[in-house]
Amino acid sequence: MMRLTLTVNGTEYSRDVEPRLLLIHFLRDDLGLTGSHWGCDTSNCGACVVWLDETPVKSCTVLAVMAAGRRVRTVEGLASGGELDPVQHAFAKCHGLQCGFCTPGMILTARWLLDHNPSPTEAEVREAISGQICRCTGYENIVRAVLWAAQNAGGA
Amino acid sequence: MTGQRHAHDSASPYASLPRKEDARFIRGQGTFVDDITLPGMMHGTILRSPLAHARIRSIDVTAALAHPQVEAVLTGADLAERGLAWMPTLTGDVQAVLATDKVRFQGQEIAFVVARDRYAARDALELIAVDYEPLPPVIDARTALEPHASVVRDDVPGRTNNHIFDWTAGDKTATDAVFATAEVRVGSDVMYPRSHPAPLETCGIVADYDAVAGRLALWSTTQAPHAHRTMYAMVTGVPEHKIRIVSPDLGGGFGNKVPVYPGYLCTIVASMVTGRPVKWTEDRSENLMSTTFARDYHMHGEIAATRDGRILGLRARVLADHGAFNATAQPTKYPAGFFHIFTGSYDLRAAFCEVTGVYTNKAPGGVAYSCSFRITEAVYLVERLVDMLASELGMDPAELRMRNLLRPEQFPYTCPTGWQYDSGDYPRALSLAMELAGYEDLRREQAERRARGEYMGIGLSFFTEGVGAGPREDMDILGLGMADGADLRVHPTGKAVLSVSVQTQGQGHETTFAQIVAHELGLSPDDVEVVHGDTDRTPFGLGTYGSRSTPVSGAAAVIAARKVRDRARLIAAARLEVAADDLEWAEGKWRVRGDPEQALGIAEIAMAAHSSLALPSGVEGHLDASAVYNPPNLTFPFGAYICVTDVDPLTGVVKVRRFIAVDDCGVRINPMIVEGQVHRGLADGIGMALMQAIVFDEAGNCLGGSFMDYLLPTAMECPAFELGATVTPSPHHPIGAKGVGESATVGSPAAVVNSVIDALAPFGVRHADMPLTPANVWCAIQGRQVRSDLAIQ
Repeated sequence: MMRLTLTVNGTEYSRDVEPRLLLIHFLRDDLGLTGSHWGCDTSNCGACVVWLDETPVKSCTVLAVMAAGRRVRTVEGLASGGELDPVQHAFAKCHGLQCGFCTPGMILTARWLLDHNPSPTEAEVREAISGQICRCTGYENIVRAVLWAAQNAGGA
Repeated sequence: MTGQRHAHDSASPYASLPRKEDARFIRGQGTFVDDITLPGMMHGTILRSPLAHARIRSIDVTAALAHPQVEAVLTGADLAERGLAWMPTLTGDVQAVLATDKVRFQGQEIAFVVARDRYAARDALELIAVDYEPLPPVIDARTALEPHASVVRDDVPGRTNNHIFDWTAGDKTATDAVFATAEVRVGSDVMYPRSHPAPLETCGIVADYDAVAGRLALWSTTQAPHAHRTMYAMVTGVPEHKIRIVSPDLGGGFGNKVPVYPGYLCTIVASMVTGRPVKWTEDRSENLMSTTFARDYHMHGEIAATRDGRILGLRARVLADHGAFNATAQPTKYPAGFFHIFTGSYDLRAAFCEVTGVYTNKAPGGVAYSCSFRITEAVYLVERLVDMLASELGMDPAELRMRNLLRPEQFPYTCPTGWQYDSGDYPRALSLAMELAGYEDLRREQAERRARGEYMGIGLSFFTEGVGAGPREDMDILGLGMADGADLRVHPTGKAVLSVSVQTQGQGHETTFAQIVAHELGLSPDDVEVVHGDTDRTPFGLGTYGSRSTPVSGAAAVIAARKVRDRARLIAAARLEVAADDLEWAEGKWRVRGDPEQALGIAEIAMAAHSSLALPSGVEGHLDASAVYNPPNLTFPFGAYICVTDVDPLTGVVKVRRFIAVDDCGVRINPMIVEGQVHRGLADGIGMALMQAIVFDEAGNCLGGSFMDYLLPTAMECPAFELGATVTPSPHHPIGAKGVGESATVGSPAAVVNSVIDALAPFGVRHADMPLTPANVWCAIQGRQVRSDLAIQ
């Protein structure tokens, strides 16, 4: 076992973990943050996307101990002061989700995109989410949601 | 900019309301099965066969049991002691829960390890020693019936071959006569490869058996919680009233979560054996390699027509690969599902189809993935044949379709294989799709590009589905009639709770069903809470698949609401001291005729119904009602799709440039949700046409066992979809709705393939099987045959 100390959504946690424990399982099983989902094991689906420091990562392919001393941000940490992030608003407004399983990962990637490119084109949005799979929306309304969030960055 | 062009042509009383479900999902507060953790919960995992066909000489679990974290290991022998080594399938066959005699497909379940931690459970799998005697596998369905083929199902006494069933529909004599005299006959082999629904959430269950109370509590990924409960009661001996199944938020289903899987039963037994709650969550490879696949139809179709383009008849011969166990899920009477709707949307004289089902050493399944019980296969076949006919006749495929589509005045229409289509205006839908696409301009552009050596394709498909199964006298699963229920309770303050037997996997039932009831009772949808997915809290019904929620349970909800409204009228009459006949339902209230000021809404009536108000004799108090809906017929949604592709002949890469989809699913309750479901199905069509296939090698190794190998479309493969709608209400559904969940998956693959083949016409390509990967497109251009079921050329 190894001692792991990291910050998740602004809160510091310290736990003994197996070196082989995946970050997604640490978040879900050890911390009870079940908003991030596991979908494929092979880094193809992106249901497990979280931020490690400032970068989206697929947490099924990151060992929990690799996050030692770093900051993790999950969907549970997206709203600030009780206010939803505009991207969260946008997904609901534009019907950017159906079953909701890919949604947390999609939202986190979208937030990262808009932080780096506040006015993306449709093609840029599609490329940004191209490493993630949604089985419900055909991506149409996810793209619309991200574009809507870009145009309504100040909140809904 | 992503855009949608709407052509709604009917004022609807409903609206595109935002979904009630979304509040929890955007916050990461959904509750999926794997999110559930119970105190003292153990983790189960399955040892699976690496071989497609082998006799099991021995299984040694000693070392696994000695693992300090392992609580129990179950084998087929342990289950056999409980009579659970085999379980019934939904098709009257049996399926091994844990293999006792042989393994019959790669990935088959052999042992179940229960440990305190999910990683430890995996570790212990490595400690189980299985001694196999490899047997020759049956992998190529086309050779499954040859005399030398191994017998997959030698568990059945006396079985000497791999034949499951022969089934026919239509009039062979009349069809043969039409073909014998037809001026033009076109035919082709058309393979619909094995595919997999691959919901993003895999299958899983949490089982908690309380030995003292004799109660079994389950949280399970099931699209049909009530049917599963009945099945578990039948096989485990736990009485049905002591079983509770909660199907919480599901991360998609698409048919994958209809069957009962061995992992579910193993988890139940593990909880009984250990006295602890046990969770089992399969991984992605397990999902793709062992749970229900879809399609795998080897079809030969023929179409007969006059020289001037009048379609006369259709013939189809199908070899259906059902895998190692016949575990398809469809109405019992129809072993090939609703494939015999393959006459499609056309007015023709005669049709005949024959389907032969065979066992192979592959994963079981076959009816899944938004297929409308095999209508997907039927639509794909007929739409490919129509395009081949157009090519043979030198006719534009749109013109050929328009000439042969059923006309509105022919409805209700009985097709040559017996289905009675309820309503439709097909030419209008096709015209609208062509208008949205700018069809004539596209053909002009195509001609110009071809002159420049660019390969652009325009593909059409027109489909008719039959959904909302189904009529009681005709359809059952496991002997259970395909009815669904709804219970509606209106509380004293006028807030209502609707409990339904169907189960959402993303379709938005909590919103749509609230809208249905709200409209009937003059309430706000916010005032109607929808309960689903919990057998203790909902009425019996067969669940959500086959696009049946709105057609069946939606109808039950309407009827329950109308019963409430009828009772409310009597109570309002008592309250207003008028005769019930003096009241009219207007603007969401019971109103005295000629005196609109005298009116009561449901909220006021609800309070009166629960009060000390003296009620007319025979009127019960309160304001509750139940309904069970037995559909009199299926509903028949339809649509016209046009797909525009650009094909690079040097690399074989296909780019979908545009996709225009006109759907008619009758009355739309929440158009936003309907369109979302169409988007999904269009992406499915692109995926199946271009990327997705579960292929096997000659040893029976599954080559599609991960998302690295089984490719799903991303945002890069999907264009901005362009949707249109026509609305032709179903005459027999109480609000005219038809269902839409599978429409686009059913209709779209043919449009994509037709588009690619159209692009390749200058190369003389007449047909190529899905998936049209770059390699397969390149082979088609080179005139090379490709098999899309096996990894052999």
